[in-house]
Amino acid sequence: MVVSVARALILAAFVVLWEVAARRGWINAFVVSQPSRAFATAAAMARRGELWLHLGMTVGETAIGFTVGTLIGIVAAVLLWWSDLLSDILDPYIVVLNSIPKVALGPIFIVWLGTTVTAIIAMAIAISVVVTIMMVYVGFRQVDPDRVKLLRTFGATRLQILSKVVLPASVPVMIAALKVNVGLSMVGTIVGEFLVSKAGLGFLIVYGGQVFNMSLVMSSVILLSIVSVLLYYGVSALERAVMRTRG
Amino acid sequence: MSGGANVAGVDDPGGRASAIGLDRVWMIYHTREAETAALAQMSLEVAPQEFVAVVGPSGCGKSTVLSLVAGLIKPTSGSVEVCGETVTGPSGHVGYMLQQDCLYEWRTILGNALLGLEVQRAVTRESVAIVRRMLNAYGLGEFENHYPCHLSGGMRQRAALVRTLATRPDVLLLDEPLSALDYQTRLEVSEDLYRIMRAEGLTVLMVTHDISEAIAMSDRVLVMSRRPGRIKSSHKINLTCERQTPIGRREAPEFRAYFNAIWKELTADGHAVGSAPAIART
Repeated sequence: MVVSVARALILAAFVVLWEVAARRGWINAFVVSQPSRAFATAAAMARRGELWLHLGMTVGETAIGFTVGTLIGIVAAVLLWWSDLLSDILDPYIVVLNSIPKVALGPIFIVWLGTTVTAIIAMAIAISVVVTIMMVYVGFRQVDPDRVKLLRTFGATRLQILSKVVLPASVPVMIAALKVNVGLSMVGTIVGEFLVSKAGLGFLIVYGGQVFNMSLVMSSVILLSIVSVLLYYGVSALERAVMRTRG
Repeated sequence: MSGGANVAGVDDPGGRASAIGLDRVWMIYHTREAETAALAQMSLEVAPQEFVAVVGPSGCGKSTVLSLVAGLIKPTSGSVEVCGETVTGPSGHVGYMLQQDCLYEWRTILGNALLGLEVQRAVTRESVAIVRRMLNAYGLGEFENHYPCHLSGGMRQRAALVRTLATRPDVLLLDEPLSALDYQTRLEVSEDLYRIMRAEGLTVLMVTHDISEAIAMSDRVLVMSRRPGRIKSSHKINLTCERQTPIGRREAPEFRAYFNAIWKELTADGHAVGSAPAIART
């Protein structure tokens, strides 16, 4: 109770202080904007219907990014688990791919895929896929060897070991990867939108910065934080639903 | 010392085909640095419906024996037979119970019990009915739709037993199946296991480091040497007691003599088995 009240108070105090400081001229409202103007900007966009376009764009790109990134990552992890030779060979490449900053690949995607939504989604996927491979592959390898042995005593094939124990035992790891990927794909999406887009919250932030419309920048950043929190809670809800069926 | 210690093979069941047979098995593990012999010229036979316990110092290759019989690994040389057939891989003849119950927490008790049948693509209306009847018989009927986390250690072990028996094995391999349980549960479950195995007429090969448990449950106790493992001696267990159950058998007058003989065999090897002296008082 105390905690929630304190949290709410901090937010309220921050907004009020920001507004008052801007009105009294303690800070330059042209540079830092102010809550009322940011809200008015967002409200105007909502009335014109633009807001939903931009929001939908960013949310859609992010959702496709982390879903596809997670799926590709899981499939790749399955291949690595399936073949020890393959995982031995590819190990250094994965380390390299993991350590390079994926946003550096942005221009490459643009050249290959054009200044399109596809390039943005590619960015969102690229940033989440390698982490997924590593997390899920480690998860697969940590499945209790006795549980695998048990299945083998029944004469299970490798495919049965995968489907009956390795995959189900790794569901918590896969959901953890999904949670990480929500945040990462958002980074990929925003960077992608900075580079090429004509719509989306990343586009609004860059555009607002270029025309010195700080209210547009601030309202977009605030919307972005709300969207990212909601996406995170969405995945958490999914996690709880899945875990409940596991007794 | 009634029963006495015979060299392996002397009390082989003459004439009858054995349920489990290892013939001069060598098992050598290769690593990049070295090769280690786990088993050296190991032979043993288990007659149909016999309950044989194998005791030995830790790391002597006890579990390797079970893996060989289950067909999980192949011997470096020598032959392994189950029910008269040479073992080439996991077969339907063998059921294997591990130290941990290994119940899958995402499956219900019924789902867990059906695991082996699923793997062998033998889930039919009849087989499901049989498994449910077994769950009922072992006091798990009302829990068949529960998840393993809601069951006690003893119930989990019984569920694991149903899962093993569901595939109708002829031979049961037990790899210290009770060691994860607390002492009281352990005695209870050993009573259950004993009763069920005798009722089903199963051949059992049990590996354990608990000498009392070995004597209380089995017809014959084999003592293994230190690595590389082979059978050092075989003790036929004849206990005179009214209740032929693991707890009843512990009260037999001969119990202590067997215990001391086997204990001496084990320690003569230079390696004591951890908790054994404390149990000797029973």
